[in-house]
Formats: sequence, structure tokens, C-alpha cells
Amino acid sequence: MRSLLPIFTVVAAIFVIWYGAAVALNTPWAKDQAKRNNVELSFTELVADTWSQKKPKLPAPHQVVAEIWKTTGEMVAKGRAFSKRSLIYHSWITLSATMLGFVMGTGFGILLAIGIVYNRVMDMSVMPWVIASQTIPILAVAPMIIVVLNAVGISGLLPKAMISMYLSFFPVVVGMVKGLRSPDQMQLDQMRTWNATSGQEFWRLRLPSSMPFLFASLKVAMAASLVGAIVGELPTGAVAGLGARLLAGSYYGQTIQIWSALIMAAALAAALVALIGLIQRMTLKKMGMVQ
Amino acid sequence: MTNTTVISAKNLSLTFETNDGPVHALKDVDLDIHKGDFVSFIGPSGCGKTTFLRCMADLEHPTAGSITVNGVSAEEARKARAYGYVFQHAGLYPWRTIGGNISLPLEIMGYSKQDQQDRIARVLELVELEGFEKKFPWQLSGGMQQRASIARALAFDADILLMDEPFGALDEIVRDHLNEQLLKLWARTNKTIGFVTHSIPEAVYLSTKIVVMSPRPGRITDVIESTLPKERPLDIRDTPEFLEIAHRVRDGLRAGHAYD
Repeated sequence: MRSLLPIFTVVAAIFVIWYGAAVALNTPWAKDQAKRNNVELSFTELVADTWSQKKPKLPAPHQVVAEIWKTTGEMVAKGRAFSKRSLIYHSWITLSATMLGFVMGTGFGILLAIGIVYNRVMDMSVMPWVIASQTIPILAVAPMIIVVLNAVGISGLLPKAMISMYLSFFPVVVGMVKGLRSPDQMQLDQMRTWNATSGQEFWRLRLPSSMPFLFASLKVAMAASLVGAIVGELPTGAVAGLGARLLAGSYYGQTIQIWSALIMAAALAAALVALIGLIQRMTLKKMGMVQ
Repeated sequence: MTNTTVISAKNLSLTFETNDGPVHALKDVDLDIHKGDFVSFIGPSGCGKTTFLRCMADLEHPTAGSITVNGVSAEEARKARAYGYVFQHAGLYPWRTIGGNISLPLEIMGYSKQDQQDRIARVLELVELEGFEKKFPWQLSGGMQQRASIARALAFDADILLMDEPFGALDEIVRDHLNEQLLKLWARTNKTIGFVTHSIPEAVYLSTKIVVMSPRPGRITDVIESTLPKERPLDIRDTPEFLEIAHRVRDGLRAGHAYD
């Protein structure tokens, strides 16, 4: 209970600022409209107008909530949860690319980390490229990846997942290299005194030691993977997915739609990261590493 | 005690090349350790006592001279799992229970499941940790963790036990208790023990042979055969005989320092 109060305080503050900003940003349009219609707006009328415009500069929270409800709960009630106008459908499209990219990125990241830890040549040569890969703006690379893959006949889910992978393997590599190197010299000497093979050393010492590092990386990777999937939908004229919703919204000035897609993406990211947190707690508890 | 030589070092030297020039960690060290001996290595830091122990364990490689363990090279002895090594820190895996930690070397060496269970029970009894098999390391005190790590080194059939300041991080009271236990354990198992310490009373109390070392270059200044009986209650430390040996150790340490 004690942890809820600060959370609610912050949320309340956000709402206050949000509503205030909505008034400030939408007032010029409201006044402009009033002037054209030759009506004088009282303060309450002005506020009411700024919170209920059809294409506001900044939609008020209740407008976004209403839009989200209209495109999720209401659709479900009508039995059209997976229609093209449903946010659930678009979230699912993005989620599937995110998950595929996340799994590929994690696998690729772990393999690279093992190579870097066990192979001196890889250690010297791969790491700079891994870091360089992340300095390239993904927005610049994404269209090329999609165009190139399209040219070789790969389209749909995989290109987006590749972009997710591109973003999500990085934290996994960095975390796992550190994690696999976390056993100290004494622990490695101990393995030597038992004449353990390097396989035994890996499975019994290095891999378990790296688990806390892995989970920390997975949380970052998951968030990055979602960003990658959305970015993958933006420059390609995709017709489905949260990124497509953002893009369509910005074409037609549908700010409410943009914000509802944004909130949905944020909620999705929070849920996914929380899910990893849960798996982390369960795993570490089973390993006896949390008390 | 028989006179079979278990560990034998001849003209052993080890020089580390550092940026500040060569460091002579060991220079011309000669020593024979017999079966059933309890040998302590004592000296100030930098005297090479830990390096010497690590040479026996094939964790360091001498640059000159030779060392044999059980009549073969240190490397062959390590590969034959001839010794158990106890480090200064218990180094138990936090994700394994005490039983799981003890079975770790047994798994690596390919003992059967049943044999592992029998051995865990036996060594836990030896270090008086019965009933702690299912506990995790963080649930044990520092002294108990170190006992568990000794149990782990005893679990497989190695006749030699090498201990590198195993009680160095523990307080005096716990240390006394563990010293007493270690002597009992040594009497029961008849292992050959190499023990690094920088405590004079600890060295005198435990050992049949005390090797006094001095730094720059690391070398042996005195080897003292203890005249104390094998049966040693804690208050033996107040007898004139004990104090005399302790005095000789102190003299040896001082003589080593006169060089620099």
C-alpha cells in the first residue's frame, strides 16, 4: 500500500499537467472558431471546448481513453476484436514482430557474447562493430532492410522482426559478456583444481553467474524490440500495426488516434517488461539467488 | 607418520615479469612434505607462501626448478585430482545449496548420484554441518560457509588438502574453534595438509612442520619440526613448549626481514 501513494501522486500530477497543457495548446483553435462564428466564449465554455475538439493539438486524457475503449473493449463486445479498426488487432501485429525479433535478438546476442568471451579474435574484432551498429540511426536503416528483404522475397513479419532484432541484440551482448565474465579468478582457479572441462565450467559456473545480468539486459532488449517493431512499420507504408496507426493518424491529423496508439504501445512495453521481471523473480528464486 | 614424500620441491623459482621489472616471488626453494604432515607456511605478505601453494596446485608455473606431487608433476597431479584446495573465501555458489555445492566437484568428476549423496552426508558430518545440506550459503555464517568449503574439498578422494589462509577472514573466536576442528579432522582422515597463514599461534598450534618464509626474493628461512604432541587441546598454547616454538618462528620472521 505504501508504494501506491507515490505512484498515484505522480499519475495525478501527470493528469493535471496534461489537462492544463490541453487547454493551453487547444485554446487558439477554439478562439479562432469562436471568432468565425461570432460567438463569445466564457471561460468554462472555452475549457470545455479545448477538451472536446475533434482534431486537437493535444487531446485530453479522457478523449484518448474513450478512443482506446472504442477500439478495444467495444470491438470485443461486438465480437470484432480482430477487425482492422481494432487496436487489439494492430497491437497483435506489432507484438508478434516484437516477440519474434526479441527471441532472435536474444539468441543472437547470447551467441555473440559466448564467442566474444571464449574467442580472443572475436573479442578484439566484434565488439567495436557491435557498438558501431547501434550508432547508426535505425530510422535510416529500417527502410533499406525492408526494401532489400522485399527484393529477395521476404516480406511481412520477418523484416520488422529483423529490425527489432537489430535493436535488441545489443543490450544482450553487452550484458552477457559482462555476465559470463563475472566469475572471479578464484572461482575459475577452483574449477581448474577440479580439472573441469571448459564445457563444465560454462554450464556450471559461467552461465548461472550470468543470469542476473541476462535478465537486466532482457528488460532493455524487450523495450528496444518494441521500438524496433514500431519503427519498422513507420517508413514502409505498413497497413497494420501500432506504427501504421501512428503514421495514418499523422497523415490525417487524427491526434487522438496517434495518442491512443502511443499509450497502447507504452502499456504493451510496460506489460512485456513486467513479464520479464516476473520470470526473473521466479528463476532467481528457484536458483536460490534472491532471499 | 610414514616417511613417504608426497610433495617435493627442488630449487623451485618463480619470477613474474611486471612493468616494474622482474619480481622474484620464489627463489631456490627446497622442501619435502611427507605423508600425513601438517605443514604451515608462514611469512609476511609478498614472501611467496601462497605462490608456493599455488605451484603445488599447478595454478602457477615455476620458471626454474622442479616440483613433484605424489611422485608426478604438479600438472599430472592436478589432472589426477590429487588434492583438494580451500581458498581464503569459501566461494560457494549462491545458486546451489550446501549439498549442491559439495556435489559440484563430484559431478565434474563423474561420481554416481548415490555415491554423491553418501559422500555429502559423510563430509558434512566431518565438518559438523549435519542438517545443513538443503540450506543455501547465505543462510550460513561465514565460519560455517568456510567449513562447507572444506567439506567440498574433502568430498573426493584426494589425500592432500591445500589451504590458502582459509580462516584469514574470520574472527578470532570462530578461528579458534575451526582450528580445533581442523586438527580433529586431520587426525581422523590422515590427510597431508599444506596450510598458508600469517598467524604465528595458528601455525604453531596446527602444524607438525612450520615453514618460515621471507620476501624479496621469496624464500624459506627456517623449517621447524614441531615437538608438540599430536593431541592438542586449545590450552596447549600456554605451555612453555608452545611458546618456545612460537618464539623460534618469530625469530625466523625477523631474520628474514633483516635482509631489506
